[in-house]
Amino acid sequence: MEEFIILMRLDIITKEAQPSPEQLQVYMQQYHDWVGGIAAQDKFAGGTGLSKEGKVLHFNSVITDGPYAEIKESIAGFITIRAKDLDEAVRLAKDCPILKGKGNTVEVRQVVATHNNA
Amino acid sequence: MHNETLIPHLFRTEYRKIVAVLCRQFGLQQMEIAEDIASDTFLAAAETWPLKGIPQQPAAWLYQVAKNKTKNYLQRGLLFASKISPEIKSSTAESYEQEIDLSPGNVNDSQLQMMFAVCHPSISKEAQVGLSLRILCGFGIEEIANAFLTGKETINKRLFRAREKLKQENIRIELPSPTEMDARLSAVLTIIYLLFNEGYYSVSQHTTLRKDLCMEAMRLCTMLVENESTNKPAVNALLALMCFHASRFDARINEQGELVLYEEQDTSLWNTDLISKGGYFLHRAASGNQLTKYHLEAGIAYWNTQKEDTPEKWQHILQYYNLLLQIEYAPIAALNRTYALSKVYGKQTGITAAEQLALTGSYFYFALLGELYTGVDNIKAQQHFEKALALAKTPADKNVIQKKMNKLSQTS
Repeated sequence: MEEFIILMRLDIITKEAQPSPEQLQVYMQQYHDWVGGIAAQDKFAGGTGLSKEGKVLHFNSVITDGPYAEIKESIAGFITIRAKDLDEAVRLAKDCPILKGKGNTVEVRQVVATHNNA
Repeated sequence: MHNETLIPHLFRTEYRKIVAVLCRQFGLQQMEIAEDIASDTFLAAAETWPLKGIPQQPAAWLYQVAKNKTKNYLQRGLLFASKISPEIKSSTAESYEQEIDLSPGNVNDSQLQMMFAVCHPSISKEAQVGLSLRILCGFGIEEIANAFLTGKETINKRLFRAREKLKQENIRIELPSPTEMDARLSAVLTIIYLLFNEGYYSVSQHTTLRKDLCMEAMRLCTMLVENESTNKPAVNALLALMCFHASRFDARINEQGELVLYEEQDTSLWNTDLISKGGYFLHRAASGNQLTKYHLEAGIAYWNTQKEDTPEKWQHILQYYNLLLQIEYAPIAALNRTYALSKVYGKQTGITAAEQLALTGSYFYFALLGELYTGVDNIKAQQHFEKALALAKTPADKNVIQKKMNKLSQTS
């Protein structure tokens, strides 16, 4: 089994794009149904949601309020999973409910050891 | 109460108190002596009471005898020490002067501290469970052997090794410091939960013994919620969980000692006191921002005390299982989650999710598929039930599946 990270990106900045509390509850349910399905196959390794607040550190010691305000795709959360190969990881990621939203993306990357950057 | 029932009863409630106090006094290095003195005390009762009659206050009598026996023991030690090495001022001289304190306050403190010593992470889980039953719950060796469906010799060996390990590791009888508390408490909760499950899910036909195990686990957990430094959300959550489960104890086992399926249980036998007690502790568990597996399991157990099949019930159960599996994977949780999923989203969704689990070694897996396919594809349902039947080990499990198959053949 290999480990993969699933990065979920969506617009968490634009006011109009933000869900109502009721919608959010439904989204969270769908999200946990998806993660729960991965965990039920014993393929969930870890991960969590992220706060909307943060800082972005730049070259030359510049620090700005983050996530990036100028782009609409911020990392909303990530999970790491165990899968046989990239194909299986993609298959599991495909059901991520945030993909129901236009413009949202999910990125799947294999986690590799530091000295094994093949 | 007569001697025959009174002494075993007192053994169960008083032995552990005497042992805990004496262990705390002597240290774990001499825990066998503490156990011997406590056992001798009960032997004295068994010899004296039939002849002289039961004392007015049996427990106080036991305490006095235990105190005297301890004094005699220490005196002998003192004599020995003074003859062998007169120049050494033995520490026993001081402890000899000390009165053994069997007041309720000290008994309680000692038992609480013993709990942490016995459930020390340096000794194996198996040993922790055995020692807990013996030292914290006052179970006889035979009872422990019955609970684990093994022989007395095995249990004695296990306990011997566990005691040796406690000595080697030089474990002290004390409450953990506040910084260590959460980690050490978590080890204690694991053992309490194991004790409970041993009673609740055991294949042993011995119903009384099983119930005792559950009650003891709840008693230990209650001691923890009653103490300020151990009254943490996770402890309350575990107690809530056990209350909810225990509320069905009388309904889930029939007079023949057979398991009664949830759907077929007589709800009038559900213990409503325990259900509301569970609610109370679950509420207390919600303080703080800790979400442990006990919280989630208690949440599931709460909804299982609601017999009515509402969408709300299954939605909650599904969400709790989703989170539970993220904290800790277990095949049985994965299967139960899939059942909840089918209750919320329909059988087809349930079937797809179930087939992904591929737990083909488990009878429960095929029983679930059989259940999900029933009414969708009865031929497949039949095939799955057949596989489940072949994998089921206990007569109770086989019986359950056979019933489902009979039902299936009646409808098709």
